[in-house]
Amino acid sequence: MENAVYQYIVKRLFLMIPTLIGAAILVFFLLRLIPGDICELRMAGTGGYFDKEALAICQTELGLDQSIMVQFADFVWGFITFDLGNSMWTGQPIAEEISLRFHLSLQVAIMATLTAIFIAIPLGTISAIKQDTWIDYLVRAFSIAGIAMPSFWLGILIILGLLIGTQAYSGIPWMPPIQFVPIWEDPVHNISQLIWPAVATGYRYSAVATRMTRSTLLEVLREDYVRTARAKGLLEKVIINRHALKNAMLPVVTIFGIEFAFLMGGLVVTEQVFNLNGLGKLFVESVGNHDFTMTQALVMLVVTIFVFTNFIVDIFYAWLDPRIRYN
Amino acid sequence: MKHFMYPKLVASVAVGVALAVSGAFATAHAQKKGGELKFVVPAEPPSFDGHRETTFALIHPIAPFYSTLIRVNPSNPASPTDFVCDLCEGSVPKPTNDGKRFTFKIRKGVKFSDGSTLTAHDVKATFDKITFPVKGVASARKAFFSMVDKISTPDASTLVFDLKYASGAFIPAVAMPYNFVYAKKILDKDMHWYEKNVMGSGPFLWKGRSAGSFIKGSRNPNYYHKGLPYLDGFEAIFAKKQSLRVQAIRGDRAAIEFRGFPPKSRDDLKKALGDKITVQEGDWNCSLIVTPNHKVKPFDNPNVRRALTLAIDRWGGSKYLSRIAIVKTVGGVVFPGHPLAATKEELHKIAGFWPDIKKSRAEARRLLKEAGVPNLKFELHNRGVDQPYKIVGTWMIDQWRQVGITAKQRVQPTGPFYATLRKKKDFDVSIDFNCQSIVNPLLDVSKFISDDISGNQYGNYQDRDLDKMFDKMNRAADPAMQRKIMRDFEKRALDTQANAFVTLWWYRIIPHRSYVKGWKISPSHYLNQDLANVWLDK
Repeated sequence: MENAVYQYIVKRLFLMIPTLIGAAILVFFLLRLIPGDICELRMAGTGGYFDKEALAICQTELGLDQSIMVQFADFVWGFITFDLGNSMWTGQPIAEEISLRFHLSLQVAIMATLTAIFIAIPLGTISAIKQDTWIDYLVRAFSIAGIAMPSFWLGILIILGLLIGTQAYSGIPWMPPIQFVPIWEDPVHNISQLIWPAVATGYRYSAVATRMTRSTLLEVLREDYVRTARAKGLLEKVIINRHALKNAMLPVVTIFGIEFAFLMGGLVVTEQVFNLNGLGKLFVESVGNHDFTMTQALVMLVVTIFVFTNFIVDIFYAWLDPRIRYN
Repeated sequence: MKHFMYPKLVASVAVGVALAVSGAFATAHAQKKGGELKFVVPAEPPSFDGHRETTFALIHPIAPFYSTLIRVNPSNPASPTDFVCDLCEGSVPKPTNDGKRFTFKIRKGVKFSDGSTLTAHDVKATFDKITFPVKGVASARKAFFSMVDKISTPDASTLVFDLKYASGAFIPAVAMPYNFVYAKKILDKDMHWYEKNVMGSGPFLWKGRSAGSFIKGSRNPNYYHKGLPYLDGFEAIFAKKQSLRVQAIRGDRAAIEFRGFPPKSRDDLKKALGDKITVQEGDWNCSLIVTPNHKVKPFDNPNVRRALTLAIDRWGGSKYLSRIAIVKTVGGVVFPGHPLAATKEELHKIAGFWPDIKKSRAEARRLLKEAGVPNLKFELHNRGVDQPYKIVGTWMIDQWRQVGITAKQRVQPTGPFYATLRKKKDFDVSIDFNCQSIVNPLLDVSKFISDDISGNQYGNYQDRDLDKMFDKMNRAADPAMQRKIMRDFEKRALDTQANAFVTLWWYRIIPHRSYVKGWKISPSHYLNQDLANVWLDK
């Protein structure tokens, strides 16, 4: 058994390589299809005079005057040697720029996932147990609202609500801080900034998971072994917690895994709404600035996160359902 | 009645003057020291090198760290012609040698933030880098100094500019806020050092940066303007979304944004916070320009281009558009507040500025018919930015509809927008913009000269008559002569040839927390941003 698991892990690790290469080729060439270049954008500031010599210098500095294949070879070699290079826009090392944002995105992703877990699993379970009662209807309405409402819109409502509510209550409008401070430097500042985007995204994310928990749990509760457990006279609490819920979690864990990976790089609009200096905002800015090196690095980072998260979810399946074999 | 009114008027004026004087006196003595100014900036600068970059996103967070040789008067920044010394002594020098020599005396005892002394040699190295950049070094405003022949330093406190010809554009060019004075010893070692580092002699010292988040500065205790700055420090917070920047001011996470908000945001803030918000407004040295592509038929025909400008009701549009967009002032090729700008009467004589819009549109219809395109259809190329591009674009489509023209708007993000203008050139008519820092009309109108000289004209045309006028105007030292040539230039550019035409000039609206004092609005979001005079009444 253990040997089979190790073989499976190694096989999966090797399978990641073609995925990453494919992503690298796609991102490199697709980016170059966008009209315009970074140097022209830099000189667009005033709409007035722009120096053609300065444009040429900029293009040479950034290697844009080289052939596309040379640029591609540089990119691939940098990726293989873990040298992401410098941002074309700021000139600063990409690893530094990303690491600054990474812990913010990671913290928001963790907080949003925890919010989603704390909402989705209890609500989904209650909804399944109380199927077709008013509680079930209420939970379903709550989760459908979460799916229907974009998290950035909820974010805007939260900020406006806080401003209007606090002004009505105390006369002084309050909104979450707009600059990030790490949790170890100032936990109150940190939490008071990140709790709102975590709630806004966690709610939407929980809505999908709540519905999935409900439907899979309903399916499991109709299984023979659950009927057997009831016939044995086990307590309903034990049947739900120990037997049904654990088996119902497989698709829910997949959703949490994929959503977590998505949150790491996909909070594009929500990050702008709350002015979170995370990977999503960096993504938007680097695409807007035609910062090829930064965009390529970010895409590869997100692809890697997705691939690894899927990998970990697959491994997690074995713990949840020992019937799963990796051969 | 008149007899009764007169003493009352005198009394009112006297009281008003007394209040103003006492107010000014009280203000002058009421500045409070301390505090940190937090302000929002819509974008992050690509690098820290002012000589290389063109964006205001560099000026707002970085200008407080640097000095310049001269600058707009921080007490009177609304004036487009009031320049004062910053690093030089006394007042801005008058030219000698038939207008071809400017001698600046440099202040003594000025220190860079590393403790070294700033001399004329540093200022020379700075202007050498801007004017005569060495190979591989980019200088975004080199062309503004094309009249400079050589720069010399007879001694450590004297800087001399010798010009090839007398030019009224020189002093405004020197006063541009991007001309940060750098240390010669650093430039000698590495011309690119200032792209990633900050070391100046301005009112604030570099405190730190968090990429994509903020830049902080702290008070320079050795600043040479005694008693300044008032603030202990500042924090420039980067926030891309306009709605968030407005909310940040409302929630007091930031006190001000220096670029400008649309009228709706001003009204919302004022409604929510009342007298806790102060609004400063004024004409903005930015204009939206309509550029027909002269290489595309029928826009090679001056009459068709004239028809396009004749159809636009600028006087009426100003009234309504200024309620929803950051445009307001009707003007020609020169910033409306400048002595070289056309008066209202002069504008009335130019196509598209006639006071009678009915007559103007009738003429537009006639010209279109004569050109054989009474129901002209084309695509208006525009930049994908709401304020004011898309709003003005939509308005113009409606204006043209009223003379039988059907225009469809094609909007592109900034990158592809410039690729279309500069490389592909596959557009019929495009919106373009001209947004300068210092009001320097003699150079700012380069937007209208031939594309092989201009470098920023996208209409794909050559007009040698305009080029000659431009050259003559820039070599004329006499302001009256400059003004006369400017009128001819304007008439030809906007009317007889209608090569391209100005829509409306922008209008700058800055609603800020009322506790921010000492900052005065200027015609440009690039100017008066060293924050030395700003203080917090908290």
